Amino acid sequence: MNIKEYLKNNFIYLDGGMGTLLQKEGLLPGEMPERWNITHPEVITKIHRDYFDAGSNVVNTNTFGANILKFAPYELEEIVKAAIENAKKAKEESASSQPKWIALDIGPSGRMLAPYGDFQFEDAVKTFAETVKLGVKYGADLVVIETMNDSYETKAALLAVKENCDLPVFVSNAYGEDGKLMTGASPSAMVAMLEGMGADAIGINCSLGPRALMKVCEEYLSKASVPVILKPNAGLPKAVDGETIYDVLPDEFSEDVASLMEKGVRIAGGCCGTTPEYISALVNKASTLTPKEIEKKNITCVSSYTHTVEFNDVPILIGERINPTGKKRFKEALKNNDIDYILNEGISQQEKGVHILDVNVGLPEIDEATMLKKAVFELQAIINLPLQIDTSDADAMEKALRIYNGKAMINSVNGKKESMDAVFPLVKKYGGLVVALTLDENGIPATAEGRFKIAEKILSEASKYGIDKKDIIFDPLTLTVSAEPEAAKETLEAVNMIKNKLGVHTSLGVSNVSFGLPHRDAINSTFFSLAMNNGLSAAIMNPYSAEMMKAYYSYCALSGLDENFSDYISFAETLTEVTTTSTTVKKTEELQGSSLQKAITKGLKEQAALITKEMLTETPPLSIVQEEIIPALNIVGIGFENKTVYLPQLLMSAEAAKSAFEVIKENMSSDNASNKCNIVIATVKGDIHDIGKNIVKLLLENYGFKVTDLGKDVPPEEIVKTSKELCAPIVGLSALMTTTVPAMEETIKLLRKECPHCKVVVGGAVLTQEYADSIGADKYAKDAMETVRYAEEIDKKGI
Amino acid sequence: MNTVFTKIFNPPSFNKGEILRYAGVKELTAEIDTLIDECIEEAKDKLTYKVCYGHFPLSFIQAKSEKLEKNLSGCNSIVLFAATVGIELDRLISRYGKISPAKALIFQAIGTERIESLCDEFCRFAETEYGHTKPRFSPGYGDLPLEVQKDFFRVLDPSKRIGLTLNESMLMTPSKSVTAIIGITDEEITEKKSCKTCNKTDCLFRRTL
Repeated sequence: MNIKEYLKNNFIYLDGGMGTLLQKEGLLPGEMPERWNITHPEVITKIHRDYFDAGSNVVNTNTFGANILKFAPYELEEIVKAAIENAKKAKEESASSQPKWIALDIGPSGRMLAPYGDFQFEDAVKTFAETVKLGVKYGADLVVIETMNDSYETKAALLAVKENCDLPVFVSNAYGEDGKLMTGASPSAMVAMLEGMGADAIGINCSLGPRALMKVCEEYLSKASVPVILKPNAGLPKAVDGETIYDVLPDEFSEDVASLMEKGVRIAGGCCGTTPEYISALVNKASTLTPKEIEKKNITCVSSYTHTVEFNDVPILIGERINPTGKKRFKEALKNNDIDYILNEGISQQEKGVHILDVNVGLPEIDEATMLKKAVFELQAIINLPLQIDTSDADAMEKALRIYNGKAMINSVNGKKESMDAVFPLVKKYGGLVVALTLDENGIPATAEGRFKIAEKILSEASKYGIDKKDIIFDPLTLTVSAEPEAAKETLEAVNMIKNKLGVHTSLGVSNVSFGLPHRDAINSTFFSLAMNNGLSAAIMNPYSAEMMKAYYSYCALSGLDENFSDYISFAETLTEVTTTSTTVKKTEELQGSSLQKAITKGLKEQAALITKEMLTETPPLSIVQEEIIPALNIVGIGFENKTVYLPQLLMSAEAAKSAFEVIKENMSSDNASNKCNIVIATVKGDIHDIGKNIVKLLLENYGFKVTDLGKDVPPEEIVKTSKELCAPIVGLSALMTTTVPAMEETIKLLRKECPHCKVVVGGAVLTQEYADSIGADKYAKDAMETVRYAEEIDKKGI
Repeated sequence: MNTVFTKIFNPPSFNKGEILRYAGVKELTAEIDTLIDECIEEAKDKLTYKVCYGHFPLSFIQAKSEKLEKNLSGCNSIVLFAATVGIELDRLISRYGKISPAKALIFQAIGTERIESLCDEFCRFAETEYGHTKPRFSPGYGDLPLEVQKDFFRVLDPSKRIGLTLNESMLMTPSKSVTAIIGITDEEITEKKSCKTCNKTDCLFRRTL
């Protein structure tokens, strides 16, 4: 019988611990248990058989760590083959009568995925795929992905299963005492991502005893529309008289697990410390229970690697600022590959309180797919908000969705057949909440009714792909009211109709409405209020606009969506704060006389920016740089060299100078204020530390150098390629560990060959003058200031 | 013996002096003081204090290292442990690396102070649990090769237990993590962990006292 079919009306019992039993049989600490499939097949078969005899429907093969990272390909194949044979033999030998299946077991790789580790996402997918293919080849009935404590790795494993077989797949994660995965995901975030990708059952295993996992389990039950798995440990291990004992005994264990089965858990078993005795106690205890029906939850949500954002009555704010349209500085950042600029836009919008970030990096001159993928990868490394992938290029969309760590919002599909044919398969494969624009081959209907009809058409097409209406959010399109006086009214009416008649959520990009009118904020914010009042669920908007934020918080307060007005009150406090900051700036200014220099030497970021802004009304930008900023930087730089100023102070000043420079850049017609040379910097391959490199970058930029930062863990070829393209006279390399210095040496060798005129300056914790000489660097810089001095020297020589 | 346990510690109290030392600051100014307070406030709820460890016979060690042998003289068993304060600190360091390297530097210093304090807590715990302890000794100290990390990871399996992983260059993620060996002996120990026993006299962080 098909396990998915059986699951519809029955509980499924899994097996219990394997590792703990193998240790009792003599497995030594550090020994690979997977090899026992070959060396001790009778032991493995007996354990499986005991579980079947105890009532397990499914046993997991002894392949937890069986992957190409730990075993050579031929050995891996032998192991998986033997593991499945052992389980099959146990199935044949067992006398018990329940239906039985064999699950190919896949555990974590033991490696951390990039950017925090050095394991690339696609390498992880490939690694899991190898094991999956062998499992299929030797006849596993289903695949179980288990004990995963990182959401990203879980995604890689599930993708590998989906792309290499059509076996049923169960996914369970290991949660800590804090109710989260080690890398921060909440249960609801995992439910959102895994359901979206099409896991057949999802749940929890390992880490703790059943009682300690109760809250996590209940969250799964309240969010999941697929069967929930519970496979806890027998509590925690304790050493008693030299023996390891787990502190939850079969009776208590089965009682606790059964109580959660009563609440809705469908698939249950045990993990570390549990034995066949636990499983038979559980089967006994649950024998009187009838499986609870699994309800569809109808939750519209997106997720990041930490949390979900649900669409309910409180409207969701989607920050629109990561988008080059109409932004000169942003376009320039994209052309220069300046990811930091994009990241800063993300962080500032998060600080303003948006719930989701729209990410649009489309520009005719750049490779959008590569850029979008990179932007998503970098944004999700440091910002825990869900992202809205905003592109009309299906290839870019797929690349970004693939590496996205969660369930993304997808912007957008529309009623054109071509669009639906391209986007819906991606939504189905990667999961996601897709924004559907109510336009089609005939354009945007003028009336609300016309847009409503397109919405209906889109829903029916989506259902052919098995995409539920909860995963579609409609954008009935904001048109410019100055061109079309009835436009706003029709849009509002469409929001209302689509929401109420179709029972789906809506979203609008509100800012378009005011094109061509003066004081656009006033129109935008009023339109926003009206739209919310018509049931708008989300808006793509500018969070830097105080008027928009005022409209949002006021609307929530007035609509009973803000308990005790607490959000409104804390927002109101930020409004008063702004005024007080500017008065304090004034005061300090009075106190210190002429002040940009002082603001910089003291490291006061906001003040440096404000003062620069004021000065620009009277002073030409270049003289501010020459007479104020550079001298201030010199004071601090010399202080640092003389050891009267410490590194944090040097950096605070550098940041203050940077914020002054940003203001000047915005106000200058040409961005090439400086004529200093290009410098390429990178942390070398294998090394993921970049704080030192970031410091060097900041200071070099302060001194007017054009810095191209390639990031961390950068292969020699990429460094050489970029240096060549830019004809950079200087390359800066950083390494923290002795183990990565060889990569530095390799990079230098390649640079010598390909860019013979280029000077290489190196730095990092392990480097010394001797070390730098031995790997052939031109210069060892002990700190960031020394790099600046060296760069100035080279720049003056003008190579 | 031979079983690996996991323990979560309560947050040790913050030691500002150590944070300053790791940040390379010898004289505290008001601005730096505020900066450190802001960073501590932002980091403190995001840290975890997880250790996995096991008690093993002395014969368990096979690595050749004179320094370690000296460290373990008189010992009858060892404790191996892996400790981490979690990935969130790496995220903070990365995030602020983009917007404020000064703060990134302070978070870096806080992380180092945190993991060292956690190790100190663990060593006190090991002392009550297993007997007198020698100063902890990590892969990469003296002549103990960094490759020994692989053995630690095989035996303790810290990726599963505390979310600590090893990459191909023998670096650990989360970055603020430590693996070490602690010798257990019946004899009272007089020699304590100190900068004086270290040969790297040009170390930036060497304590002057």
